[in-house]
Amino acid sequence: MSAPVLDMIQIRKQYGGVDALRGVDFSVRGGEVHAILGANGAGKSTLMKILSGAEEASGGTISVNGEPVLISSPRDAKRAGIHLVQQEVDTGLVPYLSVAENICLDSQAARGNFWFSPRQNAREAARVLARCGFTLPLHEKVENLTLAEKQLVLIARAMSQEVRFVIFDEPTAPLSLTETEALFALIGHLKAAGIGIVYISHRLPEVFRIADRISVLRDGQKVLEGDTSSLRMEQVVTAMLGKSFDEEFPKETTVIGDLLYEVRDLRAGRKVKRFDVKLHAGEVVAVVGLVGAGKTEVSRLLFGADRRESGRFFLEGKEIRCQTPQEAVEQGIVLVPEERRLQGILVEESVKDNLTLADLRRYTAGGFIRAGAERSAAESLVKRLGIKTAGLWQAVGRLSGGNQQKVAIGKWLLTDAKVYLFDEPTKGVDVGAKSDIFRLINRLEAEGKGVLYFSSEIDEAMGIADRLVVMENGRLVKEWVRADWTEGGVTAETIMYYASGGGSVGSESA
Amino acid sequence: MQAGVAVLEANLHRERLEPVQAGAEAVSEKRSLPGVVQRYGSLLAIAAVVVFFSIVNENFLSYDNLADILRSISIVTLVAIGVTFSLIVGGFDLSVGSAVSVSTVLSASLMVWYRQELLVAVLVPLLFGLVIGLVNSFLVVKVRIPDILATLVTLYIFQGIHLSYTHGYSIYNNMPLTDGSIAPGIMIPSFLYIGQGKLWGIPVPVVIMGLVVIAVHIFLSYTKHGRFLYVTGGNSEAARLSGIPVNRYRTLAYLLSAFFASLGGIVLAARIGTGQVMAGSPLLMDAVAASFIGFSILGQGKPNALGTFCGAILMGVLMNGLTMMNVPYYAQDIVKGVVLAAALAVTYLPKLRKTA
Repeated sequence: MSAPVLDMIQIRKQYGGVDALRGVDFSVRGGEVHAILGANGAGKSTLMKILSGAEEASGGTISVNGEPVLISSPRDAKRAGIHLVQQEVDTGLVPYLSVAENICLDSQAARGNFWFSPRQNAREAARVLARCGFTLPLHEKVENLTLAEKQLVLIARAMSQEVRFVIFDEPTAPLSLTETEALFALIGHLKAAGIGIVYISHRLPEVFRIADRISVLRDGQKVLEGDTSSLRMEQVVTAMLGKSFDEEFPKETTVIGDLLYEVRDLRAGRKVKRFDVKLHAGEVVAVVGLVGAGKTEVSRLLFGADRRESGRFFLEGKEIRCQTPQEAVEQGIVLVPEERRLQGILVEESVKDNLTLADLRRYTAGGFIRAGAERSAAESLVKRLGIKTAGLWQAVGRLSGGNQQKVAIGKWLLTDAKVYLFDEPTKGVDVGAKSDIFRLINRLEAEGKGVLYFSSEIDEAMGIADRLVVMENGRLVKEWVRADWTEGGVTAETIMYYASGGGSVGSESA
Repeated sequence: MQAGVAVLEANLHRERLEPVQAGAEAVSEKRSLPGVVQRYGSLLAIAAVVVFFSIVNENFLSYDNLADILRSISIVTLVAIGVTFSLIVGGFDLSVGSAVSVSTVLSASLMVWYRQELLVAVLVPLLFGLVIGLVNSFLVVKVRIPDILATLVTLYIFQGIHLSYTHGYSIYNNMPLTDGSIAPGIMIPSFLYIGQGKLWGIPVPVVIMGLVVIAVHIFLSYTKHGRFLYVTGGNSEAARLSGIPVNRYRTLAYLLSAFFASLGGIVLAARIGTGQVMAGSPLLMDAVAASFIGFSILGQGKPNALGTFCGAILMGVLMNGLTMMNVPYYAQDIVKGVVLAAALAVTYLPKLRKTA
């Protein structure tokens, strides 16, 4: 039996006029690990969604062994022997069914027998597990398993059918070191069995360890492809980042004032292992890290939106409680969250209602809303932020991403906030709105506010920050001040290197 | 199932990426036929029903009959206003029927068994209503039981409580007590006035209903608390991250829901002059129907007081007309169910279409 070959040719995908993929070629052979790398929004997940049938391509062809296959649903993909091991393992599993039942879920769905025999099911699952070389408790409920074990269940499920290609989407993100080792052993096993593997990851060291080939996507195009042995890490990092951000950042340096805000020993679960930061008046501190590094979690903890295990907050020298968002807002700490449409704005409500929401008290008299005062406040904000809207009564959900973001930020500007937390504020925002947002941050700085800027966009963070800390896997791993990168030779590549876990590898080789 | 999840994810993804396009769709929707149905559907339905019945029956449009319709819907409207509060915060209060029953027998028994005066007969049931609201909000907000299940539980608990309290018997003047004696008190006239009297020629229940509808409408539309209630229901996470104490507003909604149900129960007791057991149960369905029909009034697309009032009118007109046409009362539930299904379809169908 010759090794199967999967080819994706000139794959294109558009979301409402925006190009997510512009003609990407990608191939994987049986017995090979082909890694896909790329920054956020580069198109990695879109490409894999198309391959696994979750989304349909706008153009291009997919073929297996030279024969074109039509993949328009996950079922089609599975029929072609292509299986996806999701990043969020829980979305693929039924928690209250046993391991055996979960393993045979797909084959059951495919066969569609009327009767269900638990014994036959368990036998079949045991056979699959034996073939994979896993030991899992067959009758345990899946909800009682660890994340790593759940992942094994997903892999075993893929193996229970005819499988020729397996896609791993950030498989090591939830895993501990030993679990990661076990996964790598398994991937080696699959390779040996002649299965083609697509491996998506942010973490460079592990990609260099297990991949045979590496492709880098950027802005919906493939910008680099080569055998791992012929590539260097720096080369891949440069390809991921593209040419350095040449856009004019309107960064104005302001005098940095006294210590404004301090966080000591913040911890919560495995996502935030330790976080400390000091923020001065008129200072922008960027917290940079890859997706999943724990930035969003930290920002929510600082805002009191989630419960922390430990951590003390000090504002202007006094310790503050900050257990709920309400308390945070009262103390003057505000958050512009990453999930804008779900958390930052009320999409169905009007621009006016959104802008005055956080400080409606100010426009009420005896509980009644003073319509005139509210309207003029909203009007002046719309003007000040340059929000492009048909009117104050326009539902915010109908604005463009950038204008939605301005509303999400704008609602805090009328409060007397002292510390602004921005979580990925430029995500899904066009260039014009982006520089508006940066200008706004500059203005907050000039007013003596403190800004914590959480981002995975390294260039942007370098543009706006006075100080930059790198977060990786729930911890802070590196810190620089602005002079380090404006004069001192620290580059985006250096930062990316630390953000992708290169720091630990580097110290070994040094 | 996996496919379902994937499609769902794809839709979420798409929605996040295409706000502008989604907006364009929504705008065109308003002008299209389904858009018109959604916007004016309830009002058109009321008009059509009124025209139909006035043609079929000449007495339908008489002052007496119209006053009758308003009086008949007054209690349902009060209960429905309560349900509307629970819907606004994104919840659902199924226990309002039981709250009505409790309040009815409580006010009647206070007068008939314990010879209490007007103030006690009114205030105690209202206070007990707030207790029901507290229990509901405790289960929903603190224990985090899903709304429908939590209030289904309290529906049964308080139904049981009011049956235990009365030993399953309705309460009326001079009723025999378990010890063989005759009940000492009667339903006092000042109390009965609440349900049977007239103020400026308008039945008192209609006056109460009118005041409540107007007050609640103003509260919801023009006060901070009204807006925060809507925001809590619209997206409670976004509201919470805006510093709004969403749990306090959800609690408030359940308190108000039970409060208005209890008020309805008092009016009901005064209207029929006895404390009927299980009197509130049939009101649940009507109140829910009225609230949901009200969603679409003038294209609001969310629960609102005036809409709920219109919904109650539609139900009342239908029932009145059907009674005049000698449709037996037990068959009227079929009509109610069908009307509610239609109202829900108008509310939910366009959303389905948008995500498809």
